Amino acid sequence: MTINFTVSPSFPNERISDWYIFNTWLQRALSLPIHLELYNSFGAQRAAIAEGKVDLIYANPFDASLLVREKGFRAIARPEGPPDEMVVITGTDSPAREIRDLQPGTRLACSDDPCVNTVGRILLEPANLGGDNIVEHRRETYIQVARELLRGEADIGFLPVEAFEGFSPLIRRDLRALVTSELHVIRHVFLVGPALAERSEELTALLLSMHESDKGRGILEALGARRWLPVQHEDVEFMIDIISTLNQ
Amino acid sequence: MKDMDLADIAGEAVEHVLTYTGGHTRRVYVTPIETPYPHGKLIVSRTDTQGIITQCNPSFVEMSGYCEAELIGQPHCLLRHPDMPAAAFRDLWKTVQAGQQWHGYVKNLRKDGGHYWVYATVVPNVRDGKIVGFTSVRREPSREKVALAEAQYQEMRGS
Ligand SMILES: Cc1cc2nc3c(=O)[nH]c(=O)nc-3n(C[C@H](O)[C@H](O)[C@H](O)COP(=O)(O)O)c2cc1C
Repeated sequence: MTINFTVSPSFPNERISDWYIFNTWLQRALSLPIHLELYNSFGAQRAAIAEGKVDLIYANPFDASLLVREKGFRAIARPEGPPDEMVVITGTDSPAREIRDLQPGTRLACSDDPCVNTVGRILLEPANLGGDNIVEHRRETYIQVARELLRGEADIGFLPVEAFEGFSPLIRRDLRALVTSELHVIRHVFLVGPALAERSEELTALLLSMHESDKGRGILEALGARRWLPVQHEDVEFMIDIISTLNQ
Repeated sequence: MKDMDLADIAGEAVEHVLTYTGGHTRRVYVTPIETPYPHGKLIVSRTDTQGIITQCNPSFVEMSGYCEAELIGQPHCLLRHPDMPAAAFRDLWKTVQAGQQWHGYVKNLRKDGGHYWVYATVVPNVRDGKIVGFTSVRREPSREKVALAEAQYQEMRGS
């Protein structure tokens, strides 16, 4: 049986090959054939999840909710580091100084990242902006979101904080954060599905000690992480309870 | 719950005596001072099945004006503001005990007699099919929604 592994599409394109290297490492360590499938959109990945084509996943917090609550997945690890936050950006010369300055009809550029978009919508609520009085432009990538703003085709954009901070100084120069989320509670997690449940302890031990070898540490560094940390099942359940309130 | 202490109050205060669902009462002091919601944050707390606070995040502590040790182990009605109608909380409890989510605009009382407005969602924490507690996640409301809630609550209190 081949195990299907996938990664939430929120990582930068430059890391595609690093995820393949991670997968090769994982296959060798587990002596198990693992197929890595990287979907180029959140929608495509959601469809694969619905069809049962995912056994292992490095998931964004929203997909993790669905997988844990409805598909019998278990969270076994998370990367060390800050939690997931997002930013609502605008052009440097925009008249808006804070969210409440935004007016009905505001043009929003965003990707199809469900976490970033959900949190972004919540951050627009203080201005009474929502589905019926904003004009949404969906773009494929975070950089395209930024370009819409730079070209004056959108008034605001939603981005993960790391994506915004990762832009070149040339792009950032003309952009400004209106508000940055400080939720502190939602994070990406590594999940094991029912097909691998029997080996989840072994897999957990493997991830948690990954940084102890030079090879493992090198792979982690390339992926932008120092080490995996354990997660308590109750902490994940609590995160999911919190996320469930954000969807309303 | 202890009465509020006048020494903690900041500004001109009006005294009220709150009667809670269980029949007990508490003397509170209320000022008109509003603390603005911290942009971009969530205010999170968790209770046991009886509504006793078991956990809260730093934004919750900061906005309440209490320190964490004064909050943990206290009933959540410690934050009840006299402008909130009892019916809103009856509805909250009925909804979450039935296993559903409750949403509403809430005016909370601070330790210093001031207040802050939130849009709150309360969810039951269901583990192995059983409700083991409740979590409330609050976010920043718009001024327009707060004004509507304020008018509605005033009408519900019949004043
Ligand atoms: C998770 C949770 C969070 C709550 N948060 C608040 C709150 O922030 N402010 C508040 O006045 N009541 C809150 N309540 C409701 C109180 O438990 C209580 O019902 C209310 O303050 C009215 O007091 P009484 O029911 O004793 O009359 C919360 C209840 C739960 C279960």
